[in-house]
Amino acid sequence: MTVRRDWLTALAFLAPALALLFTFTHYPAIQTLIDSFWSTPRGRRAAVFVGSDNYARLMQDPVFLRAMVNNAIYAAITIPASIILALVMALFVEGRIRGRALVRMSYFTPTMLPLIAVANIWLFFYLPGFGLFEQIRSAFGLSPRNWVGSPETALYGVSMVTVWSQAGFFMIFYLAALNTIPPSLREAAAIEGCRRWTFFRRVIWPLIMPTTLFVSVNATINAFRTVDHIFVMTQGGPNNASMLLLYYIYEQGFRFWDTAYAATLTVVMVAILSVVGIGQFFLLDRRVHYR
Amino acid sequence: MSSIVAPVRAFDPDRALIHLGAWTLAILWILPLAYAVWTAFHPSAYETRFDLFAPLTLENFIRAWNAAPFGRYYVNTILLVTMILAVQLVLCSLAAFAFARFEFPGRNLLFALVLVQLMVMPDILIVRNYATMARLGLLDSILAIGLPYFASGFAIFLLRQTFKTVPRELDEAARVEGCSWLGLLRRVYVPLARPTMLAFGLVSVSHHWNNFLWPLIVTSSVETRPLTVGLSIFATTDSGTEWSIINAATLITSGPLLIGFLIFQRQFVQSFMRAGIK
Repeated sequence: MTVRRDWLTALAFLAPALALLFTFTHYPAIQTLIDSFWSTPRGRRAAVFVGSDNYARLMQDPVFLRAMVNNAIYAAITIPASIILALVMALFVEGRIRGRALVRMSYFTPTMLPLIAVANIWLFFYLPGFGLFEQIRSAFGLSPRNWVGSPETALYGVSMVTVWSQAGFFMIFYLAALNTIPPSLREAAAIEGCRRWTFFRRVIWPLIMPTTLFVSVNATINAFRTVDHIFVMTQGGPNNASMLLLYYIYEQGFRFWDTAYAATLTVVMVAILSVVGIGQFFLLDRRVHYR
Repeated sequence: MSSIVAPVRAFDPDRALIHLGAWTLAILWILPLAYAVWTAFHPSAYETRFDLFAPLTLENFIRAWNAAPFGRYYVNTILLVTMILAVQLVLCSLAAFAFARFEFPGRNLLFALVLVQLMVMPDILIVRNYATMARLGLLDSILAIGLPYFASGFAIFLLRQTFKTVPRELDEAARVEGCSWLGLLRRVYVPLARPTMLAFGLVSVSHHWNNFLWPLIVTSSVETRPLTVGLSIFATTDSGTEWSIINAATLITSGPLLIGFLIFQRQFVQSFMRAGIK
């Protein structure tokens, strides 16, 4: 009997959180999947079952395909660039350098800004023939260029902003990991006359592998989730050059009010994130055994 | 690194290189922000002309502040982040306590369902959640901005980890004394989890202060809009606005968080570390 009463107590503790969690995470995820097989209700016309029509449209939609390619490029740039920069920053700051607090502050401060504010700052920074970036370029005799306004460079301009706003955040996790490396290892390496690079490659890098995994997963999620700056900088343009999946979901769902198609796009998004999640599960599992 | 190696401090080319690299990166990294700050504090004539002796002014801030209802946006944002954090701490402590201290059928399954939220977060389920808010009649309210984030999978996960480290002897002793489960949570577990809560609190506040997409969708009036949405409207609607004013507005929206960070730098950094290491 006491066991049963324990169950009820546990349920009472869990109920409020779980109810909200189901209402705003699990229910919408499932309902989105269902919606993707129906048409968008318009005015008096109710939604009708359309089978896989929305998915057929998806495969034919050049903007969707463009968004997928763009998002892949965006991920391929921002993930490795943020991780490498974060690690370099952490190694710089962890050593005994002069003005360490200042250096660390300048690496980390961009992280504290809203991405919307970051976008404004960079838009100004990029301003053709005007912003600081351009002034530096012109000092080297390069011609002015509209970085986020031209289709060839918009996606790269936007990626740079993402890297700037998140690298310092990931640095923190590397710093934490580097702090846990016992000093005795370093002393031993020093006695052996081990070179810095060898020490890094053979000792530090394997030891911080779990952190690298953790940071990679976060960077991957961010590559699909962070689109705030797109709103200010490019709005997906010019000519869809910087269109990303989540921004396209927003555009379909809240500009064209085509909710069924937006739901279909969301299913793709959830599928991508689930793959990342399952991948993480197996990788982290291995990490536990490794330890 | 070299302090252990070299008792005699000779010139070390490696160290010099590290210094050079660290400082170059630091200066490059802060440059965009420094540039924005510089223009915000100078008359617009100096927008693109760097002059060390240009006159300082607060004019841009005053004009930005008067050009849009930033005061109201501030109130909204502060209400929003306070509400979210308060509810998160209460609900998630309760749930985490159940996961950490009770045995019941389906516990692992339920916990797995909680962890799903770490991947499939409300940020991407915007279309359906908007429909839910419409049905609840909550559109364009501050409650609607916060509601999907109240039950945070991340908070439940973090607090459960912390609660599990509390020695069981403590709760047995308290139970023998006639303390209820709720009393036990409040008097024993919550005080012990204070560092975790502080860490999560800083992460939560900065996240929701900076959040943009969901508030943009669900709000449509000055009375509910948070700072980020207000800033985006201010910066895009009227393209004639001078950049020095937009930069001032940008700093207005991020100011408190930035100043808070500069003052409590160490706590911030440690909190983020704590929240990240599981």
